[in-house]
Amino acid sequence: MKKGTALSLYDRIAAATEAAAREAVIFLPPDVKRALGIAAARETNPVARGEFENILKNIAVAEESGVPLCQDTGVPVVYLTIPPDLPLTPALYDAVAEGIRKATGSIPLRPNVVDPLSRHNTGDNTGEGMPAIHVKPGDRLTVTVLPKGAGAENVSRITMMLPSRREEVEKFVVETMLLAEGKPCPPVVLGVGIGGTFDSCAALAKEALLLPIDEMTEYEQRLCDAVNRLGIGPMGMGGDTTALAVKVKTAACHTASLPVAVNVQCWANRHATVEVKRT
Amino acid sequence: MKRPVRLNTPLGDEVLALKAGDHVELSGTVYTARDEAHLRMMKDGIPFDPKGAAVYHCGPVIEGSRVIAAGPTTSARMNRLSGFLIDAGIRALIGKGGMDKTVRDQLKGRGVYLAFTGGAAALAASHMTLKGVLFEDLGMAEAVWIIDLDRLPLVVGIDAHGGDIFENARAKAQKEYERYRKGLA
Repeated sequence: MKKGTALSLYDRIAAATEAAAREAVIFLPPDVKRALGIAAARETNPVARGEFENILKNIAVAEESGVPLCQDTGVPVVYLTIPPDLPLTPALYDAVAEGIRKATGSIPLRPNVVDPLSRHNTGDNTGEGMPAIHVKPGDRLTVTVLPKGAGAENVSRITMMLPSRREEVEKFVVETMLLAEGKPCPPVVLGVGIGGTFDSCAALAKEALLLPIDEMTEYEQRLCDAVNRLGIGPMGMGGDTTALAVKVKTAACHTASLPVAVNVQCWANRHATVEVKRT
Repeated sequence: MKRPVRLNTPLGDEVLALKAGDHVELSGTVYTARDEAHLRMMKDGIPFDPKGAAVYHCGPVIEGSRVIAAGPTTSARMNRLSGFLIDAGIRALIGKGGMDKTVRDQLKGRGVYLAFTGGAAALAASHMTLKGVLFEDLGMAEAVWIIDLDRLPLVVGIDAHGGDIFENARAKAQKEYERYRKGLA
């Protein structure tokens, strides 16, 4: 690849990352808006109805005025798909980080990224291992940004279950929400990873948040109904909808293992994908 | 839904009539304060007239003289930091997620906790005009921003008589969970 071409591709990846970050923090995906609309229409609790009214108005105000939905603009989790002819180089990672730095100034995003121990804020939402970048092969070069807020991330859980007690997966999911109460800004979306290894299970749970939430399998619906029976409701003030959806991703695992992870997401299940044009 | 009760700062005894679950619309001045501002006020005193005032648990995004995004932060972090404000005459604490029994008791006969929808930062900003700032050295998220509200839609989370909708929801969830566990056994 010629140097000039490489440079411009770097710029295009940075620009795509910035654009995906902007879209993600201002505009909710259509499936999330649909799920919120359906839940709002069904809600019977008067306090919860008021919360839904504020949520739906907030979505409209953010879209109209081009400002972030929430002041917690999260930390950047980025998913890349790379076509077969594109080498995976450090420059590619740098380009994504550059896009996040630009987005922090231009949108603006709240600078949230700090050193884990000194708590020093880097000021631009990048740092060691941040953005968190996940790469998969694909037909096209795409950048997906999933800004993750702290309130919901902090109540997420992982466990290594006994394979003989696999019926307790549902209980673990319900228990996670019981402990979370109103802290993750419900109505939540729960991403559930089942199987894989300790690390890949958590990654599956987060990836599950990217699936369309306005459709659920029978199993996902069962988990969602069990969570909603808790009645925690929007913002923990009671109501019919505690979870908008539960989405499950599975992977094969060791015969002696059963990892289960629940990644909790607030009602603002923000993510956006932008394709990088190659020419 | 019942029509919201209109409230204006400075607040007085009208807040004592509110019940947990009532919708209100608040107009007038609020002061933002998070952990650091509370600690500073405990040390150096409250830099505004606390009589009838409202404190908003919020770390906003401010650009120039404009409030860009100003949703509530988790109030529970201020559970141990709010007594001196209520003692000084503050009538309303505003935030998300509710507060504990200590604050519920401190509010009895004196004031209320008002909840605003978490994440609804753009909506909040559309009801706000920036008036000034105190403790600016604490940084954007932790400074005390003086903000003029125009009918911000809130719900009474904790009233002045011990009513608490967060506690009610928590108790119900616990009961439902026990029932669920028994069903599994």
